[in-house]
Amino acid sequence: MAAIDDGVAAPPALSSQPSAKAASGGRGLNWWGRLKRDRSLVIMTLPAVILLAVFSYGPMFGLITAFQAYDIYNGVAGSPFVGFDQFQRLFSDPLFWHALENTLVLSAVQLVLYFPIPIVLALLLNSIMSSKVRSFVQAIVYLPHFFGWVLVVVVFQEMLGGAGALNMFLRQHDMATWNIMTNPDTFKYLVTAQAVWKEAGWGIVVFLAALAAIDSSLYEAAAADGANRWRRLWHITLPGMRGVIVLLLVLRLGNALSIGFEQFILQRLAVGRDAAEVLDTFAYNYGLVGNNISYGTAAGLFKGIVSVALLLAANKVAHKFGEDGFYRR
Amino acid sequence: MTTTTLPRNRRTSNRPPWEEKPTALGQGAKTLIITIVLAVIAVPIYSVVLTSFSTQASINRAGGLVMIPDELTTQAYKEIFSNQLIVHSLLVSLTITVLGTALSMVVSVLAAYGLSRSRSFAHRPILMFMIVTMFFGGGLVPTFLVVAGLGGYDNYWSQILPGAVAVFNILVLRSFFSSTSPELIDAAKIDGAGDWRILWSIVLPTSKAVLAVITLFYAVGYWNNFFAAQLYLPDNGMWPLPQVVNTYVLQGNSMPGSGITNTGQYFGHQQVSPLTIQMAVVTLTLLPILIVYPFVQKHFTKGVMIGAVKG
Repeated sequence: MAAIDDGVAAPPALSSQPSAKAASGGRGLNWWGRLKRDRSLVIMTLPAVILLAVFSYGPMFGLITAFQAYDIYNGVAGSPFVGFDQFQRLFSDPLFWHALENTLVLSAVQLVLYFPIPIVLALLLNSIMSSKVRSFVQAIVYLPHFFGWVLVVVVFQEMLGGAGALNMFLRQHDMATWNIMTNPDTFKYLVTAQAVWKEAGWGIVVFLAALAAIDSSLYEAAAADGANRWRRLWHITLPGMRGVIVLLLVLRLGNALSIGFEQFILQRLAVGRDAAEVLDTFAYNYGLVGNNISYGTAAGLFKGIVSVALLLAANKVAHKFGEDGFYRR
Repeated sequence: MTTTTLPRNRRTSNRPPWEEKPTALGQGAKTLIITIVLAVIAVPIYSVVLTSFSTQASINRAGGLVMIPDELTTQAYKEIFSNQLIVHSLLVSLTITVLGTALSMVVSVLAAYGLSRSRSFAHRPILMFMIVTMFFGGGLVPTFLVVAGLGGYDNYWSQILPGAVAVFNILVLRSFFSSTSPELIDAAKIDGAGDWRILWSIVLPTSKAVLAVITLFYAVGYWNNFFAAQLYLPDNGMWPLPQVVNTYVLQGNSMPGSGITNTGQYFGHQQVSPLTIQMAVVTLTLLPILIVYPFVQKHFTKGVMIGAVKG
């Protein structure tokens, strides 16, 4: 269900497309004639194009500073070029490798601990027969997606922090307290738990859609042939969700290096810099807080390039397995 | 606190005839898991809100967050609404959210419709131009340079313009707009309606559900944004609410005149517990989401899901 006619990703939850392969070219009109005919359509896209040109493509040109020794008084135009010096410095900086390691470990932890949860939740929800109960449960589990990270971290702090509900309870009952909010060793699990609390419920939207798209006569036929519920789950439900699962895995890999930025910024003070440094915070802290513009830009560029490479590689693998991934071959 | 029971009455259930009756064990396990999931989400929100309405005495009795309603008071809200910094940040947040959402919706709806007519001039290159930005960008530091270079530092537009366009939302809108009945559009064209007219009187009225959902996405994005303030607004007198919560509740800096600290201790000269004030500020941040959410939530299934199923 994933790939659409323009050869690009549909938003995961929404891939409805007119099936017509749009042959570009109006009948019998030349370039100028088509522009004249569609001028209002083109004008409508302009505000978005201009905003993206300034705030998305503008920074892409700013990536040039990664090859400069940026100097705030001379700006991008006047700063001297230093070739790959920033990258050489970056690759010999143990703090950079530490940030990269943190990023990869956190991504791996979330892939294992987070990714399956929405799938299981969706199956569970889908098995609720009463539509009233189901929409009530849906309404509740979607809700945390709409809270910002500030709220989520505050809620976790009030529940699990040193002065939070859990530790108050433990203290009142003379048990050892559990300082998970400030423990750097378990920080990756804390961050994952927060991500699960905030996003796992919303994550089921895509899977519920995939489940709803499975032809129910398949189930009926299987049941008539004597397949019990587990066999039906294995042979009909899971294959029916395969395309979406692969698509989300591909997108997740493309996002693997961008994980957890706001959470880390918010909790850096609490757990300390060593545990709470990922590539994004590294670029932020060196580039902007530390005012080392070129160095931070280089770290960001490294992340961007590797992310695109990961996305394309994951998509290749998806194609090998006969799935569409985020674009069709 | 919410609990749920699964349907017992087979007659009213939607179970297909060929499906086995569930075992009592399976049914019980399912109910238990769902109840736990709901509790994990609802209980923290509930106790944060309840604590914001509780007196110092009941917080002392509870030893922290209040779980069971005890003595209630709105004292904390009187305190925060007399605090200049908090009132101002609330107004800033509301303004950014309203203006930003309006701008984002206009820009996104126009772009989505402009790209939704198949075979239109250059729609493919423009679409590619937009989608590229979903997967590659300049990154944080160059973005900061661009925004600061255009005068966005210490200026409110930095809170809106850089993130005003979410390409994902344009794609969602576009996929809905392009499924508007082509017969209807052709008929309008024969009657002499231009694209602006078609968008306004045919496409928009038939897309209310998806418009509501995308409006919520944008509004929530603006309302929750603390990082743009952290980046571009150095003066705490200009901050929106989430950055105030971040600084004075989460990071535990003490706010002048409010007694807000992170320890939840009682300060002798204070009328209300700092914890209550903290939770009142947090509730203030939660509240608009909780108020708007039920009105839009019903469209998630109606609007967004249908689009997915059709794929």
